[in-house]
Order: sequence, then structure tokens, then C-alpha cells
Amino acid sequence: MAEKNNPEYDFKWCPGCGDFGVKKALEAAIKKKTIETEEPILNNVVIAGIGCSGNMVHLLEGEQPYGFHGLHGRTLPVAMGLKSSRPDLNVIVVAGDGDFLSIGAEHIAPQAKRNLDVCVVIMDNAVYGLTKGQSSPTSEEGMITSSTPYGKTEQGFDPLAYYLSLGISFVASGLSSKIKDLSELIYEGMIHPGFSIVHVQSPCTEYNNTYEILKGSPKKGIEPLAKPIDESHNPNDLKQAMEIVDTSNIPLGILYQSKVQPTLTQRFEDLTNKSKQKDIESLLKSYSV
Amino acid sequence: MKNTDFVVRFAGEGGQGFLSAAIGFASANTKAGYHAQTFATFPSQITGGPTWMQTRISIDPVLSRGDEVDVLVVFNEYAYETHKNEVKENGFILYDSDQLNIEPSEKVLGIAFEKLAKTTGNARAANMVMMGALAELVGVNLSVLEDFVKERWGDTSRYGEQIVPQNIAALKLGSNEVQDRGFKLAEIEPAKPLNTSQIFLNGNEAISLGAYSAGVEFYVGYPISPATTILIWMEKNLVEKNKFVHQVSSEIEAITAIIGASYGGKKSMTATAGPGFSLMSEGLGLAWMAEIPIVVVDVQRGGPATGLPTKTEQSDLLSSITPAHGDVSLPVVAPGTVEECFYATIEAFNWAEKYQGPVILLSEHGLAERQQNIPKPDINSLKIENRIINQSTDNYYRYESQGISPMPIPGSPGPYVANASEHDKMGDTTHLPERHIEMTERRFKKLEILKDSKYEYINSKSEIILMPWGGSKGPGFEAFEKLQEKNIDIGWAYTMFLNPLPEKLLIELQSKKLVIVPELNYLGQFSSLLRSQGVNAKSITQYTGLPFKVQYLVDQITELSSKR
Repeated sequence: MAEKNNPEYDFKWCPGCGDFGVKKALEAAIKKKTIETEEPILNNVVIAGIGCSGNMVHLLEGEQPYGFHGLHGRTLPVAMGLKSSRPDLNVIVVAGDGDFLSIGAEHIAPQAKRNLDVCVVIMDNAVYGLTKGQSSPTSEEGMITSSTPYGKTEQGFDPLAYYLSLGISFVASGLSSKIKDLSELIYEGMIHPGFSIVHVQSPCTEYNNTYEILKGSPKKGIEPLAKPIDESHNPNDLKQAMEIVDTSNIPLGILYQSKVQPTLTQRFEDLTNKSKQKDIESLLKSYSV
Repeated sequence: MKNTDFVVRFAGEGGQGFLSAAIGFASANTKAGYHAQTFATFPSQITGGPTWMQTRISIDPVLSRGDEVDVLVVFNEYAYETHKNEVKENGFILYDSDQLNIEPSEKVLGIAFEKLAKTTGNARAANMVMMGALAELVGVNLSVLEDFVKERWGDTSRYGEQIVPQNIAALKLGSNEVQDRGFKLAEIEPAKPLNTSQIFLNGNEAISLGAYSAGVEFYVGYPISPATTILIWMEKNLVEKNKFVHQVSSEIEAITAIIGASYGGKKSMTATAGPGFSLMSEGLGLAWMAEIPIVVVDVQRGGPATGLPTKTEQSDLLSSITPAHGDVSLPVVAPGTVEECFYATIEAFNWAEKYQGPVILLSEHGLAERQQNIPKPDINSLKIENRIINQSTDNYYRYESQGISPMPIPGSPGPYVANASEHDKMGDTTHLPERHIEMTERRFKKLEILKDSKYEYINSKSEIILMPWGGSKGPGFEAFEKLQEKNIDIGWAYTMFLNPLPEKLLIELQSKKLVIVPELNYLGQFSSLLRSQGVNAKSITQYTGLPFKVQYLVDQITELSSKR
């Protein structure tokens, strides 16, 4: 199996970028999955969109999975086509908040209603980094960016509440600097039978450095915004999950998980069991004069 | 003298049930060994609005809908006023006297279809009264329709025992009505014996069957006129193990999903029309860039934007070759008949698999909505291509080499990144000028293997060549035959393969004084494509939403060729 070695490829994330942590977590989760399931790494496909996060597929180290670096906003449709036609593959989507929640937002609800069995990892830095710092759906109202020089005039988007409202069957929230925890969340998302989203706070050191706000600073007396979900939380309880999301903190951990809904693959299998096997001769015959 | 063909037009309001009667009339005649073609045009609404359908029956294969009408059947005043001038001098008008009144003459016959039907005990047999009258008028033996009725309702309907005698009685009532009044067209010659068994279907059904024969494994689509019936066909017939079909949320999702499935090794297709095709632009660029084989059917309708959803046009040719930004030149296959819809779909899949990229199957409303009998395809004689798959476990690079290279499939050796950005041999993003040159040339060079396709070439010595494309083939060829009868020196060229054109044909065309292209668009899109490749081409354009009439083409071609 080939380890990647491409001296020509020269894309770099900025020093301190949250995406480094997500990369390590993703690598570890894929590795764990291949060991646990005894499936080859070649059964893994990482599908990326456009933005800083999109370069994930080129930067993964070690034994290589398959990769797809597609169009801005279109990760989910590619994943839908791949997973529904190849249920044997482990399909992972990586995207940023702009890609997933702005231009690609139209694709989330349909996959939620189908319960497409893929794992989505979102790197949220609340800014368009690669195009040098414009406001994104998750930027807060009033935030000054290059495209909102007098402050953002839209409300900030709450992705976790949105995911829960859509009935997505696995919703988790992570922090890029907590690599081990994050890796565990991604692994749980991968083995979850259905549509899973691991939404990661992955700060942009260049345009929106939120490390201190997220992690807090005892020295400066800043309380961390991101806090682990209380152990008493029952992830099967949607109402409770909604209440957690409704606070001003960013919860870390598995917010919601339901294994009740069938996956798209199972739904389609049910149809194939009901329908008669066709063949071209009998199909042609049905048009005979 | 007996007739060799006749044309019946049915006109009224949508929802009056005569569309299915027209198809039934055509179908019944094909059962008797005749050839039939229907043509329908209707407004974009569920029921109502001025609708008409035309059926042409012939002892020979039918090339076009027929310019003029032998029998016009009208169901309301508006239909009569709109269509009465298209009836031939010795033709007839049959009208529903329950609905309207026309001043009596020896060419006009009113029958109360529904009132007469009621006397059989079944008011719904009104269409049968009409068909019986029609059969008598055009000289089709009533037994043809009786057999059709028996087959249609005899075994399949729970009420067959009741419906069949009622319908047969209704046919006779209609027929008697015409006989009593002494109306009759010249009789049609008996049908010629056919060597091959026939199937009766429309263009979209032929495309669906072609895709199935080519081995389509993945289909997703979004409803849009006039492509919807392909989605419906697939939803019914592609629900099988190891296959997948689904109605998705938009054409954007459809195009990207089929790319995902094909990347996973599955033969994938979607079908759409103009507005959906526009949305697929970015996805088509992606498939070209990442070298993913897919087939996209564009069933053309009229106009830009929402345009004319239920009318025919051939105005997507240029945008199907270059739908996306950047340097792209997508292969385009355009069927010209219902039969070609079947074979063109297989060719489109073969092209996609061979050159590893997107192929556009360019159909049109006029083909999608046309019912026609065609020889039943011989499945065993079809040549089906499949992409070359990488088996090598060594350090294999997906995008190495100039030209076609084996495609790795997830789950098997050769992992790579399929990349929408410019990339190197491994699929990693690059901005190096030499890589962009290398990869751009690689993508265009692959088209070379598609240049040996088939074409028709008749009377090739002539300096003036008639070369229609797509659905204008039928009226075009009928015009060509008429011109030959008039001893006008003209040649005929035709191919389904519009981009890239068959190389040998292109060289021939470049040497001609004039190539005349009848096409249903304003810009003269195919002639401009030909001119860009060094052919002196001139279009005959029409943008009415309707197909060409043969006589119009004969006149235009005669004028163009005499100017030389």
C-alpha cells in the first residue's frame, strides 16, 4: 500500500490552523475503523468540497484512502451517489462552514430525510478563509470582516440546532484542539448506521482566531465557551439535546443519536425485495405491437 | 388508386381523451402491419387548453408527421377554426356534434359520439364511435380495430366481458354512420409483410430501454418536461439489486450524484431538459475535469429560461458542447428518430466508458412525445463498452500518460483524488503551468478515439449536401427524396455523432460548395459549428415550437441550391 509522497504538492494550512487537529483526528478514526472492521483502507473514501478544508484529501498522511475533491457546496450529492450505489464503502465528507451551510445548504435536508449512511465532518471557523476573510453563515451578527466592513447584518447561524431540527440521526460537536475526543466522535459517526454530522470548531488563526474564546483562559479569567456535554445527557433524547444547544455555550460530545430510522440503503433494499427482477427481453416485449 | 398513407389530426381540449384514442388508433394499425407515427402538441397545464395530436399511417416506415391532414377530427369550435385550413382538398372533417355545429357539406360530417356510445350501454365508448367512423373514412378494415379492442380489454380488464362487446358495438355504430352518408377517402393499400417484429413506443421509452441495454446501474433525476417519463420509467424498472434509482432534490444534486456513483464504478445517467441542463453546467465541468464517465440526456424544449416546456426545438446544441466555463468540448450524440433514441443511448454510454468523461445525449420534445413502431432491437448484436479498470497494485497514477488510462475504483487498488481543481498525475491540486498544459491536452486528446463513428452519405458526388441533425432528420429525408424525384442534384449526409464529428465525413463536407442544415433554432447552431470547422454551411431555421413541414424544406432547399 502506497504511502503518499508528492513533492510537487505545495498547499499549506496556516500555522496553528484548526484543520491540522481535524486531520489528525480523521486519520486516527479511519485507522481505527479499518482495524476494528478488518476492512482495507481502500474501502474508505473522503469527499471534500472547496475551501481550506477541501485540501484535507491531499494532506492525509499514511496509508491512503480514496479521495474526491469536488465542487464548492456539492460534497453531499457526490456522497449520496457514491454511498447509495456502493453501500460497501465507508464514505466520509469533509467541508467547511461556508461550503456546507451556505452554498451547499440545500443538500442537507434531503440527506437527513433519506438517512444517507455517510459521516460528515464540518470544520467551522466562522469565516471564508481561503478567499481571505469574508463573513460566513456562522459568523456572528455585527462581526467585522472584509465583506462586512460595517458589521455583519445577518444573524449568526446555529448549525447544531439546525441539524437537530432536521432529524439528522447522529449529531456531535467537537473542538479541533481536542484531537483524541474528536477522533472518537468521528469514529462513532462513521459506525453510526445513518446520516452523521460531527461539527467541529476549527479556528482560523489568520482571520478569526477564536481559540481563547473557545478554550478559555484561566490567566485572563475567561471562561471556556466550549464545554463537554454533561455525562447525564441521554443522546437518544432529542428534547434534551435541543435544550443543550439552546444555551450560549458550545457543547462538546454526542448531542443526539437515533438508530431507529432505516438508512437509504435499507429503504432501497426493501423496494428491491418488493419489485420483480427485470430483464431486457421482457421489457422490450412489453412494447410489442 | 389506393392511398399509401394518410394523416388524421385530432384537435380539441386537453383532457377530452382523444390523445389516448389517437395513440390507440396508431397502435391498432401497427398491429395490422402498417407503420405509424404520432405527433402531439399541447400547452403546459394538467388538463385543458388547446391540444392536438396527429397520427400518420403508412404502408412504409413513417419519416415525418405529415404536412397536410386527410381527416381532421375536431371536438370544439376553436379547434375547427384553428385547423380547418390544413385539411387537404379532398380530405374530410369529422366533428363531435355533441360539442359544436358546422355547416353541412360533402366534406364535413358530424356525429354525436357520446350519444351514440350511450346506446351501447357505455358512454365512455365515445372514442370508439369516433374510431369506427375514422376507420370507415380512411378505408382501414374495422377488424383491425376490433382485434385491438379484444387485445386491449379482453384479458386484462376485469370488466372485459362487458367492455369488449360494448366497444365493438360502438365501433360499428361509428362506421355505419359514415357508410350511410357515403363518405370515404381512397382506400389504403394493404400492409406489406414485415421481416422483423415491431415494437411501438416513444422516444423517451426508447432512451430508457437503450440505457437498460447498455447496463445502466444508477439513475437519479428531477421531474422536468419533456424528460420526466425517463425518470418514471427508471423508478419502475431500475429497482433491482446492485442498482439504484431515486428522485433527487434538484438537477444540481442529480448531476453530482451520478458523478459520485460513476466514480464508484457504476454506469450512471440522468435526464433533464433546458432549465435543468443549465443547472448541470458545473457538474458537467467536474466530470470533464475529473474524467468521470456519465451520460446526461437533454430532451430539448423551446427557448431560454423556462421557455416553452411542451414544444420542440433544437436550440441546446452549442450549449451542450460547451455547457461549462473553461476549455471543454463535450461529446454529443443526437438521435434523429425513435429507433435512433435506443441506439444513440447505447452509443452515448459506449463513448462515456471509452473516453472516460461526460457525454450528452441530445434528444428533443418532438422525439420524446412521438409514438412510433420500430423494429425490435436484437439485443445479442449490441456492442457494449466498459471502462478500463485499474488492476495494478504498484504505485499507479490515475492521470499519468497522454490519453486513456485505467480507472481505479474505490475498494480496489490505485487510490487517487478525483479532483475538480487542476491536478497532477496523482490527482493533487497544482497551479504549475506545465501541469495545466499537460492535463488540458490530455483531456482534449481523449476525444480523438471518438472520431471514427458511423454516418449516412448518399449521392456524395453532388456539390450541395443536405445535412439535418436530430429530429429534423425525418422531414429532411422526406424532402431529400422529393428533391431527387424532381431531379435536383443534391447529396445527403447525416450522423448522430455531432461532437466530435466523424473525421472522414468532416473532410468530405469541407470539400463541398454548400452544406444546407435544416434546424429548429434561431442561431443556426449546427451550421455555425460546421463553419467553425471549415465547412461552408448554411441553415434553414425555424423556431415555432413545431417540427419542420416537408414542403417548406423542399421550397427552401430548392431556393438555396438554385442561388449557387
